[in-house]
Amino acid sequence: MHPTLRHLTAATAVALGLAAATPAPAQAPAQAPAAAPPANTLDAIRARGTLICGVNTGLAGFALPDSQGVWRGFDVDYCRAVAIALFNDANRVRFVPTTAQVRFTALQSGEVDMLSRNTTWTFSRDTSLGFDFTGINFYDGQGFMVKRSLGVQNARQLDGATICVQPGTTTEQNLADWARGNRINIRPVVIERLEDNIAAYNAGRCDAYTTDVSGLAAIRAVQSNPNDHVILPDVISKEPLGPLVRHGDQRFADLLRWIHFGLVAAEEFGITSQNVQQALASDPRPEVQRLLGRTGDLGRMLGVDNAWMANIIRGLGNYGEIFERNLGPIGLQRGRNALWTQPGGLQYAPPFR
Amino acid sequence: MNETAAPTAAHSALSAPRRGPAQGGKAVAWMRENLFSSWWSTAVTLALAYLLIRYAASFIDWAFVKAIWSVPTGANGLPDTTSCRDNPGGACWAVIAEKHRFILFGTYPYEEHWRPMLVCCLFVGLYIVSAMRRFWNWRIVPIWLVTLTLIGILMWGGVFGLSYVPQERWGGLPITLILATFGLAFAFPLAILVALGRRSRLPAIKAICVLYVELIRGVPLISLLFMASVMFPLFLPEGMNIDKLLRAQIAIILFAGAYLAEVVRGGLQALPKGQYEAADALGLSYWKKTLLVVLPQALRIVIPPLVNTFIGFFKDTSLVLIIGIFDLLTAGKTAFMEPHWQAFGVEVYVVLGIIYFIFCFAMSKYSAGLEAELNRHRRR
Repeated sequence: MHPTLRHLTAATAVALGLAAATPAPAQAPAQAPAAAPPANTLDAIRARGTLICGVNTGLAGFALPDSQGVWRGFDVDYCRAVAIALFNDANRVRFVPTTAQVRFTALQSGEVDMLSRNTTWTFSRDTSLGFDFTGINFYDGQGFMVKRSLGVQNARQLDGATICVQPGTTTEQNLADWARGNRINIRPVVIERLEDNIAAYNAGRCDAYTTDVSGLAAIRAVQSNPNDHVILPDVISKEPLGPLVRHGDQRFADLLRWIHFGLVAAEEFGITSQNVQQALASDPRPEVQRLLGRTGDLGRMLGVDNAWMANIIRGLGNYGEIFERNLGPIGLQRGRNALWTQPGGLQYAPPFR
Repeated sequence: MNETAAPTAAHSALSAPRRGPAQGGKAVAWMRENLFSSWWSTAVTLALAYLLIRYAASFIDWAFVKAIWSVPTGANGLPDTTSCRDNPGGACWAVIAEKHRFILFGTYPYEEHWRPMLVCCLFVGLYIVSAMRRFWNWRIVPIWLVTLTLIGILMWGGVFGLSYVPQERWGGLPITLILATFGLAFAFPLAILVALGRRSRLPAIKAICVLYVELIRGVPLISLLFMASVMFPLFLPEGMNIDKLLRAQIAIILFAGAYLAEVVRGGLQALPKGQYEAADALGLSYWKKTLLVVLPQALRIVIPPLVNTFIGFFKDTSLVLIIGIFDLLTAGKTAFMEPHWQAFGVEVYVVLGIIYFIFCFAMSKYSAGLEAELNRHRRR
């Protein structure tokens, strides 16, 4: 072989090797960034036969695989509810664990159909990021935990207190804003790791620990004596959580929105997984009959079976049951997530007609 | 110490033939030689022995004596870990008993766990066969192809009556082994080509190879993984999704390739110029020269840094946790997130550490043996 030919062969081999191993991002600029996924997500899910749901990689009570590797939690049940509405099968859903950094890309790129991943509904996410939040299924917010022995009743009594907080989160900023706004003097103790924060709080280095209320409840539940600790009723920031879909998925968003409202309405009407069958047969209230699909065509208007809500309630229960099953064990109270008929409750469903 | 050492030396010098080294036993002689040869050495020995005994004792106390091995099931059907939580001085191995299958296999369907289990065995078997020099010929290619196909069939299923398991349900040890094995198996040939290309006399080839190595080495693995998982999907055409694991795998291959290429290049440079010239003088073609003369010698020289890189990459695969893939480490971390298990992370980490250690130590021991065997001709 001629020497140059030899080199050519070597060159080709190397080039081929590189080409084979390099994903070709060179064509990237030609494509529109944030490529719009299939025009109609609902049809795509039907054609596929399974819903793909982005969930947290692991957060007790909201989304966490159990010892058998089965996903369980509040957010997970919302995914299952959608699968029941579409396919009448709670298992026709694939859970894609997403970290905080990749969750929005996963939804934008169509890797997942929806996110049910304790994501706070904010202005910029709803508008410029191109998502539609379909409702608030959990009102979270930053709160305080103190030792019962301190005798503190509300957050305003924390004047002069030392408060443990994690750095670099909105938590720290919220705390400072709240203290300034209320002319309260607090001394924040900033500790990087959660475990060290808890240790400092337990050792008495700080009078209170602050983070989202759902997090406080989970921490309180695993203290050696949970009753020694109190979560103060004050909430100093708004963290409304709910499922979200891409812009342009109005029909899919409608489905998610009304599943949540249906779950809340079912609790308001007193329909549970236990008595749904009986209610379907004999409940005289017209709205219940429409909700459960005995009369009216509500399901068909959404593009699903008329028995959609009855199936969901039979499989998962109403809003209160889902809440108690998943968030009860980590020590969360209903609080603001009680029905609007309860004092302080915010969960309210528009009429089903 | 000094007073005793001096007379002994004088004494042994005088009566050396009668005082054999066997006196007082081999162990005592060894200890005297290595641990108590001077007052300084004795002090260090005693201090280290004190620390070792103290911490080993408290570890044994924690891990075995005071440990709790199982917990009862509570009223709500969940394990009741109160006994563990009231026992802060001891380990709670019940978390491993409860969660070991999740740690090893992640969210893979519970009743199908025999499949990832078999996959792990196949991987270990593949490593053992590949390590045997008897198979270092053409036979290794079909062995790898068949094993990897089997692994694919077992993990995905969907044929031969096996149920289909989508990739996002894979997890635990198989993910770690897949990422490491495929990563290194593809990165190694790539690295050799790049290393050869970097020494090429053709400017274009050389430039491409230098650019590749410097670009990839210039960024951390974590940013490559982010590119693969966050930016890359946005560039793809509508409705097209490349599997998340595959994207991470490609990022790992590219990253490992750049590092291994530099290791291989080191070996190529260490080879005396006479070897190249002798091969040229024999009239060998470029590829014959490279395959028969250069590479066998060059790779032999770089076994230690190669294995160093391999071991590093085996552990680096755990970085995929940032893009939500449940590898061994992530599965372990997720296992103790349930509120009633939250306090027992150390136990899980100890077990994970042991698993990682077994694989890394095996690699290290094997390479030490291989090095000794292949470099026998150099020992005089």
